[in-house]
Amino acid sequence: MPSESLWESINAAGTPPGRLYGTRRTIALAELAHATSLCGRLEELRDRSVVLLTKDQLSAALALIELDGVARRMVLCPPDLPPEHLPAVVRDAEADAALADEAAATAGAGVLPRFEVRPDLTRSGISRHRSRGTDWVLLTSGTTGAPKLVLHTLESLMSALSGSARAPADALVWSTFYDIRRYGGLQVFLRGVHAGSLVLSDPAEPVSDFLARAAAAGVTHISGTPSHWRRALMSGAAAAIAPRYVRLSGEIADQPILDSLRAAYPAAAVAHAFASTEAGVAFEVRDGRAGFPAALVGAPGAVELRVADETLQIRSPGTAQRYLGEGAGPLRAADGFVDTGDRLEEQAGRYYFMGRRGGVINVGGLKVHPEEVEAVINAHPWVQMSLVRSRRNAITGAIVTADVVIAAASAARGTPPAPEVLRRELTDRCRRALAPHKVPAMIRIVPTLEVSASGKLVRPIA
Amino acid sequence: MTVKATITTQFQQVAREQDRMLAPLSEELQLVQSGLDSLSFAIIVARLEDSLGVDPFNATETVEFPVTFGDFVRLYERFAK
Repeated sequence: MPSESLWESINAAGTPPGRLYGTRRTIALAELAHATSLCGRLEELRDRSVVLLTKDQLSAALALIELDGVARRMVLCPPDLPPEHLPAVVRDAEADAALADEAAATAGAGVLPRFEVRPDLTRSGISRHRSRGTDWVLLTSGTTGAPKLVLHTLESLMSALSGSARAPADALVWSTFYDIRRYGGLQVFLRGVHAGSLVLSDPAEPVSDFLARAAAAGVTHISGTPSHWRRALMSGAAAAIAPRYVRLSGEIADQPILDSLRAAYPAAAVAHAFASTEAGVAFEVRDGRAGFPAALVGAPGAVELRVADETLQIRSPGTAQRYLGEGAGPLRAADGFVDTGDRLEEQAGRYYFMGRRGGVINVGGLKVHPEEVEAVINAHPWVQMSLVRSRRNAITGAIVTADVVIAAASAARGTPPAPEVLRRELTDRCRRALAPHKVPAMIRIVPTLEVSASGKLVRPIA
Repeated sequence: MTVKATITTQFQQVAREQDRMLAPLSEELQLVQSGLDSLSFAIIVARLEDSLGVDPFNATETVEFPVTFGDFVRLYERFAK
């Protein structure tokens, strides 16, 4: 059993000074010492396996703090979980309670005993006594089919937080574009509640409004996927915040996005991290360059990396325990390593991510990693983002095509080149940098590209 | 533009893009002698699908693979009707 609950851990250095900033409400963490969001029913949830079905992130944050050390298990359902997957989640998690907020009025109705979480706290004489270690169950956002349930503990989730992250010298204000019920967002949640405050996002909120709220709260540390960040830079509101630390994770951070963030936030440390729900946080790179030093592979330490079959494998205290549910298969190999499915290529002492195994386009027997081509296209100053995909072809099996979003005209930058000119420039760049079979045969200029609820570019299934 | 003219333009453009020396496009020119490689043909077929709206090579009926430039043009003329 872990030595302390999340609430105890937050209070380890004294009364927490920070706040949780929601879209409509702000809550001081210290209030939770004598007030509750669970409508006086916390004790009824003791030892239960609870599915969290809140729409609002603030409700979810409160529930996580209140239930750790009390509930047997918390299942962190992201708000976009398709309702048809809920019965399987309930079954596999052996859930016997559903916790929802007002916004999720009908969620889980009729399936389980229902409890409510309300961000307008009620005062109560609750004793936050902890009786057990609580399972934290995260759902992986698979591209098809039902999500997998990944079993973590507070220790495995907190293993990437250094001593200074748990108790920094001065209070920090963290924020994230992520939902805190996904691994990347949960890492920020844990940092925020330990280090000071946390500004939560909302999918319905325009990015400029979110950045304005983060700025008003005095955000110092902020994290998102490269797609989140491209959208923020595109919004024209990126300058609203002046963080000390900017973090990217969840997708490949290519050199153009790192350079753009460095230019947008000259005073910030721009770091990109690799983590996965199953493997945990593997490393963080702070040198401003894409990829990571090859020396990290095989280096001794709590987090061990190895490359097998060109794919990154990780073993660490941050690794999840297992998948829940029958027939879910093993999460890690017998020796404890998790296969991330992310392919690497070494060039001059550095490893670069080449995309997911299985995402490879096969052009007449020659492989193309879409991300490799996207990195070349994204380096063009007028390209905001791009998606390289496979197109069926009778001659070579497949050819490479690209969809490109152009940056908006602005007073500072002028107007973008005409689509024809841009297409030619992009093709020329690709020809110079890539083998002929990797050069997109067609480049379409599109107004937007779909970004999933988890903040990642939606890739068609290969 | 006729089907033949569209095809001719694509052959010339892709040859230029792929740095290929294109042979003069006569009816009898054997495609293997045209100077284009399979990647070039793959690109031509994809672009013709966009401009003419047909891909005879992905059609449900089996097509005989064209041998000469003339065969190639006739195949598209048949499908582009």
